[in-house]
Amino acid sequence: MLASLLLLISNTIMYSTPLVFGALGGLVSEKSGVTNIGLEGMMTVGAATGVCVAYLTGNPWIGFLAAGIAGGLIAVLHAVASVSLRADQSVSGIAINLLGAGASLFMVRIVFGALNTPPVPRKLPKILSDSSKLGVFSRLNFEVTAVIALVLMIVIWFIFKKTKWGLRVSSVGEHPVVADSLGLNVYKIRYTCVIISGFLAGLGGASMTLSILSNFVPTAISGHGFIALTAVIFGKWKPVGVYLSCLFFGLAQALVIQIGGGAILSSQIVAMLPYVLTIIVLVLFVGRSVGPKASGVPYEKGK
Amino acid sequence: MDNISKILKHKITFILIAIVVGFLVAALVLGLTGYNPLEVYRILFKGMFSKPRYIMNIIIKASPIILTGISVAFALRVGLFNIGVEGQYIVGTIVATVVGILFDFPPLIQFPLILIAGALAGGLYGAIAGYLKAKRGIHEVITGIMFNWIAFYAGNYVVSLERFKDPGTTTTYFINASGFDPVYNWKMSPVGQELLQQNSFLREILGRTSANIGIIIAIIVALLITFILRKTTKGYELRAVGLNKYASGASGINVEKNTMQTLLIAGATAGLSGALSITGVSQRLFELMALENYGFNGLSVALMAGGSPIGSIFAGLLFAGLNYGGGSIQLEIGAPSEIIDILIGTIVFCTALVTVVPLLIEKINKRGGNKKC
Repeated sequence: MLASLLLLISNTIMYSTPLVFGALGGLVSEKSGVTNIGLEGMMTVGAATGVCVAYLTGNPWIGFLAAGIAGGLIAVLHAVASVSLRADQSVSGIAINLLGAGASLFMVRIVFGALNTPPVPRKLPKILSDSSKLGVFSRLNFEVTAVIALVLMIVIWFIFKKTKWGLRVSSVGEHPVVADSLGLNVYKIRYTCVIISGFLAGLGGASMTLSILSNFVPTAISGHGFIALTAVIFGKWKPVGVYLSCLFFGLAQALVIQIGGGAILSSQIVAMLPYVLTIIVLVLFVGRSVGPKASGVPYEKGK
Repeated sequence: MDNISKILKHKITFILIAIVVGFLVAALVLGLTGYNPLEVYRILFKGMFSKPRYIMNIIIKASPIILTGISVAFALRVGLFNIGVEGQYIVGTIVATVVGILFDFPPLIQFPLILIAGALAGGLYGAIAGYLKAKRGIHEVITGIMFNWIAFYAGNYVVSLERFKDPGTTTTYFINASGFDPVYNWKMSPVGQELLQQNSFLREILGRTSANIGIIIAIIVALLITFILRKTTKGYELRAVGLNKYASGASGINVEKNTMQTLLIAGATAGLSGALSITGVSQRLFELMALENYGFNGLSVALMAGGSPIGSIFAGLLFAGLNYGGGSIQLEIGAPSEIIDILIGTIVFCTALVTVVPLLIEKINKRGGNKKC
């Protein structure tokens, strides 16, 4: 009983980690007033770049960092389109998803000659290198990425709650006109947030390939970015809420793995439950979730 | 200068520019990675047009994404982002298969029955999202993403049921032959077989492909939706809601009802697309390992078409053609076929930038004005 409970906790944390990175990225972008449907593409870019760089350098940490940078770079495209050129943010996001997936697979094929890569020489580590002394509790020896994700959530919470910069971002996302009139540079803040968003999503992708899977496969990121996007709304645009939403999706996936298919419920029905549950929770409890007022609306100076 | 402004204002001009930019960016990427872009494009186009059968295959692959594209384009006109199109398509395939296996009416009833069932299922699925949006304020993007996965697992569930599962495989049984596409049934009839024997062209385009009536239905739906939007009171209402839902609400248009109806029609279009894939191509339902993207590709098609249902026909053909031809560049010179995703992604990205047109025109006019001074 204890063993299976610990396994459940361990799997929940593991599956939620990439989502936490992605969803925090989505949160930062939305807070500044830019919807980021392109999370999926940015995560894919991170997943692929992480493996390529970790493979070529032999160091997973360099791969992890490179994944963030690659995510940030592709986010620049989204920023240029949606902030400077006032493009439709949904369309730009969809384009980023296409471009991100295409560029990732293209790069992987150039580097490895195939779409399924060999495993990287070293994965990202767990907290303890040797957990055999812990016995049954060795399940709680989480991936380091899970710790980084938690720390990032706390940092982002702190920034939005306690710092001037966090307040500025929120004001730009709520009332860009007022923020502008107070002398804030709306464009600069939005650019920064979108790029941070891509950086975090890139890390999320790499946490999937470098710490969970150990190699890149075309289905490494399949819908995670979209689930992350949902987690932002589910968590009502609050870092803690967003984190808990990701845990919820992670728990659902862990349950699917652990319960599997039985005589009573088919495994397909079990796998479907988290999505049904999300809708039910949204209908019953969350109701109208109201995001940053100016999210998705391009800002035009002087209008 | 006025002329340039006028040309730029045309959406088609802008989309053509986007396509050219897409090819240029892809050429640049190919060049940087050591491939000759001209050679790649030569093989790409050869893989698309060099045989009548290839063109037929492109049409077959385009038909479902033209319909899902129309679904997205229609919802866009009413200001809704129908990302749930993937799920609506899947629900269409599921119900079409179930009806096709459970019933066995004469073909004249069976075939339309399957299509109507698929469309209805997709429509209802879309309408639920519409209801949740209208009555509960839950964003259609969120319900869409959730509903896509629910449909995905529901399909796999149906494949796993004893009543439908073909033992030893990961698919259902075939639907009853009475529900097969009319083109297929004609082709397999004695008359059809004899004609195919005599005529090598027909043998090439019909005998060696899964030719079906999907493209004809797609064109009819595109015309119908355009007619509804442009020529009917309903269409006027829908477009008004799309332009400004507060203003149209204030002037007595029922925004909630229109939201539900829009996703009902959009869902039905996607569901019809799914049903046609069953009757015309696969004739049974497969267990899926990952989403097949017929819906998501419809998103790209609609965006490439600038949100126009008629434009979706051409965008769907372009999308399917590039992907179909992309296979041959991998085979013939080993250039990654993913270059096609980069090409299409760039086109969609550029169409997002249509907002620069007013900015550009403003600049051009200013410059023109300055010269006069």
